[in-house]
This record gives sequence, structure tokens and C-alpha cells, in this order.
Amino acid sequence: MSDKKLTLKKRLHIIKHHFRGKKMAPAFNAFHTFLFTPDETTHSGSHVRAADDLKRTMNTVIMALVPVLLFSMFNAGYQHYSAVNGFPENFSVMEHFLTWDNFWIGIIKVLPLVAVSYIVGLTVEFIFAVIKGHEVEEGYLVTGMLVPLIVPIDTPLWMLAVAVVFGVVIGKEVFGGTGMNILNPALTIRAFLFFAYPTWMSGDKVWVYEAVERAGGPDAISGETILGYLAQNKAAEMSYSVSDMFWGFIPGSVGETPTFLILLGGLFLIFSKIASWRIMLSAVIGSLVMGLIFNGVVDAGWIGETSKFYGLMSFDFWKHLIVGGLAFGIVYMATDPVTGAQTNRGKWFYGFFIGFISVLIRVFNPAYPEGVFLAILLMNVFAPTIDHYVVRGNVNRRMKRLKNATILPEDSEGKEKELQVETA
Amino acid sequence: MALLTKKDAKLISDPLADNNPITIQVLGICSALAITAELKASIVMSVAVIFVLGVGNVVISLMRNIIPSKIRIIVQLIVVATLVIVVDQVLKAFAYELSKTLSVFIGLIITNCIIMGRFEAFALGNGPWRSFLDGIGNALGYGVILIIVGFFRELLGSGTLLGYKVLGDPIAKTGLYATGYENNGFMIIPPAALIVVGIIIWVQRSRNKALIEDH
Repeated sequence: MSDKKLTLKKRLHIIKHHFRGKKMAPAFNAFHTFLFTPDETTHSGSHVRAADDLKRTMNTVIMALVPVLLFSMFNAGYQHYSAVNGFPENFSVMEHFLTWDNFWIGIIKVLPLVAVSYIVGLTVEFIFAVIKGHEVEEGYLVTGMLVPLIVPIDTPLWMLAVAVVFGVVIGKEVFGGTGMNILNPALTIRAFLFFAYPTWMSGDKVWVYEAVERAGGPDAISGETILGYLAQNKAAEMSYSVSDMFWGFIPGSVGETPTFLILLGGLFLIFSKIASWRIMLSAVIGSLVMGLIFNGVVDAGWIGETSKFYGLMSFDFWKHLIVGGLAFGIVYMATDPVTGAQTNRGKWFYGFFIGFISVLIRVFNPAYPEGVFLAILLMNVFAPTIDHYVVRGNVNRRMKRLKNATILPEDSEGKEKELQVETA
Repeated sequence: MALLTKKDAKLISDPLADNNPITIQVLGICSALAITAELKASIVMSVAVIFVLGVGNVVISLMRNIIPSKIRIIVQLIVVATLVIVVDQVLKAFAYELSKTLSVFIGLIITNCIIMGRFEAFALGNGPWRSFLDGIGNALGYGVILIIVGFFRELLGSGTLLGYKVLGDPIAKTGLYATGYENNGFMIIPPAALIVVGIIIWVQRSRNKALIEDH
């Protein structure tokens, strides 16, 4: 077996040398390095190499996303059949959730989204790599997996393709490609879809497969999200329990619902040291603080039940974390090492405001009861500013320390006078 | 011999391409974002600016030797304000609907940096004929970008051009809409203009590398 692999590897290396210097070289190299480590070695300078290169990092994130993707495929079917036949009584995971029927809906609806996202995104990356004459960047591997998970299930594929082209070109390539982008490309794609085709991205019909076609029928069950119910002050009509929200058996964007699996993915990313625990923790704190403030406002009686904000404001503060895309955004989007804050202290601010603003937008945005993607994009823009002030603050603190430093007598021969002046 | 000498022709052709007021000097961006959601508004705005800048440049150029340097900005403002009011009144008289669409932005031509920029940089130091050509050239350069942006924003955002439903009827689902195509709401909002202008700048500079500033 290993012999066969070696020959394939060798053959690819030979083809690669054939391509060297040609225009198509980056495109070929991309396929090649996807399969094998390149045969080039450094000839000068440092020979120490870390195994956790960009590709390894990306693959780790994708591994953390696979459970979410699988869950979302089952959930697609579960939400569909629940909307058609009504919610099952005595719900059992094996009987009602992990079934082939459910999975089949996932295959025909979710996999095309994944495929379009990857094919279009990688094509754009390839074109830019060939034009610019550098190696194809791995950056899209994660974006391509995130995008299908954060759009509604019925998103038309051509819309997704248009948005991916926009997101990769305007969100990333114009800034110089992976590692240079200001905004998270996956969220840029999401934001583009939201502003370009709002009817497909919000409302109560887009979250469940074929809900649009069923709308108006006699037995149409609305596929409203929990935040949607709350935004309309219809919390009483909601039939989802807290455990539904936590495990993810609720309508929503394709992969945003399973808080439990997202939590596992987050822990995996933290322990593999890919994602920053500071950002995740501070974002959770931020959203809890904002939620507590709103709960406090309601408890103080400043907001009555007739207010249009009542539904979302009176929502228990900790539940914000298990509905909508907040958990998904915090774990997989906010922690993007390129667009997030780089300094440790900055990460606390960056994360805190993501959580804080997310819940704020949820409550006050009249058009759309979800604010995570807007909050993260906003903080992406501010991340360099935060870093700047953290670095400045550090410089100032050290300057101060230097000024106030006492010089030990043995280090300052004949400088007693100066010392006295300084310590006085 | 042609109508214009080579040097004079350059006054018109330069701002159209390699010295474009919007894409190279990055002036007049504000109105380019605000009124380009429809092609018609872009065209009217372009015509208004061509008139104001062409006439204004001539007036300033004629007065260039009698304007005291200390109050030249005020004089320029008076000239441009007069012309803008003329444009505004004409629009209100003959195209009332359009003047409502353009609303304050006709009045804001006064603050368009391109106009004050050309007065300061060109009309104060050149004769009336050359100033006129320069004004027309720069206003055309501004108008070309406005019209390009307006074309794409109206076509992609509303599916119309000058109000004609060129892509079919979105409600009756005819033409392109029968295939499931939908208008792109993003193109209607002003940030889209920024991105379209950005793409024009990108295309222009990758075609002519000499335009890329070095940092």
C-alpha cells in the first residue's frame, strides 16, 4: 500500500517540476499540497518547523465543525417533518431525530450548500492565486465550511454563489488574501446575503425546509425561530423547552442550533490551542451582562408587557446563549485569529463587546432579531484599534515604571545625589 | 487641425481617465454615494455639475485678476451658490419629481470638493477658454463615474434602467425573474456605491500600474 502511495507522490512531484514557473503552477500546487507535504526544503536560515502550520490549524477547526454539520443535516429533516406532521410526542432521539428520513433531507439540502460554498469559493481563490502568481491560500477551507452553516436552509444556491464571490473578493482578496483581511469572510458573506436578499434571510418561513412553499396551506406550521417569537412578544406560543434549545432541536440557520455540540467544538479548539479561550469567555460574559441589564430593566418595571421590546428583554439572560447564533458565532467566528484582537488584554475587550453588542442588537434591531454577525463584524473593524491602545497602554506603563524606578546603590556608584533627587 | 489643440484636448481627456476626480483624486465621493441608486438621478446630477463647473470656471477665470486673494473663497462660494440655485430652480420648474429625488444633493453641489478644487487649482491661474475646458473635463470625469455606478446599482438593485424594466417584472415573474432571479437589495443602499467605486478604482489601477501610489 505504501509503495503505491509513494509512486503517486513521486509522480506528482515530477509533474510539479514540469509546471514550475508556469502560470498554472499555483493551481497544481494547491491540489498537490492538499494530498502531500511539498518536497521542497529550506536551504538556508532556520530549519525548525512547527507542525501546526496554517493547514493544520484550518483542519482542526473543520474537525470541530463536523459534529455540528452532521447534527444540522439531521435537524434539517427533523424540523421539516415536525412542521409537516406536527412535533412528535414522547420525543426520543433515536426514533425521531437520528433517522434516515431526516438525514436524507440533510443530504439533499445541506450538502449542496456545502458543495456550492466550496466550489465557488475555491474557484475564486484559484483564479486569484493564478493572477497573483502565489500559492493558493488555505484560508477558504474554514470559511467554506462555516458559510453553509450560518445561512437559512432554503437559501437558493445561486444567491449563495453570488455572496461567496462577493465575500471572498471584497472581504478578503482586495485586502491581500488570507491573513490580511479586516472582516471575517464568512460573516461578510452572511451580511451580504442579509442586506441583498432580506426576504430569504429573515422572517418566519426560511428556517425550515420548504416552509415557503407550505406557507398559506391549511396545516402550515410556522417555522419561526425562538428569537422571532420573542421579538413579536409571542413567547407563550413557543413550544420549545430549554433542553430543546440546548441540544439544538429548534429551527434556525443550518448549523447554529446545537449549543451542546458547539460547546464541545469550542472545548476542542481551546484544548488544541487553536482558538482563544479569552475571547470565548469574555464574549459569554459580555452577553450575560447585557442580558442581566435587560432583565433588570424589566424587573424594575421600566418596560411593560405592552412594549415591543418586552419579549426579548424579559428573556432569561442566560438563555440568550443557547438560542440563535450566539454560541456558534462566539466559538467559530469571533475567535478567528486573523480578524480578532491579537493582544491578550485586547481579546478580553474584543470578546466582551461582541457578546454585549450581540444581545443589544437582538433586542433593539427592529428588522431582524439576531445580531451576532453584525456585532462580530463591528468588532472586527475595531480590533486593530483595541490592539493599538493595549500596546500603547503597555508602553506607557513601562515608561512610568522606568521613571519611578529606584536605582540600587551598588549599581550607581557616585550617583547618590541623583538617587536622592529621584526618590524624594 | 482639430477643434482643440493637443494641450487643450488633454484638459478634457485627462480627468476622464488618468486624473479622474473621483477615482484618482477621491473627491466628490459623498454625492457619488448618495444619488447613484438610479441612473436617471446620476445623469441629472452629472449634467448639473457639468453646467455649474463649466460656467463657474469661466466666471472665476474672468474675475481672477480682480478677486482679492484674502476673500477668494467667499467669492468662489457666491459664484457656485448662484449657479446651483439656478440649477435647482430649473429642476423644480421642469422636473419636479426628479428634484425631489435629488433633494438636498443639488444644493450640496456647493460643497462638492471638485468644484472648489478646480476653482482654486485651475480657474484662478488660467484664461477663460482653458478654464472652461478644464471645468467641462473634470465634470465629465465625475459624471462618467456617477453614470457607471448608477448603471450597475439600478440594474442590479432594482432590475431597471432609467425606469424601464429591462430584466422583466419582479412581481409578475417575467423575463429573468422567471428563473428565480431576484433584485439585490444591497445595491440600493449607499455602501454599495462605495464598493462599486472601489471596484472601478481597482480595475483602473490594475490596467494602469502607474496610477498606483507607492507607500
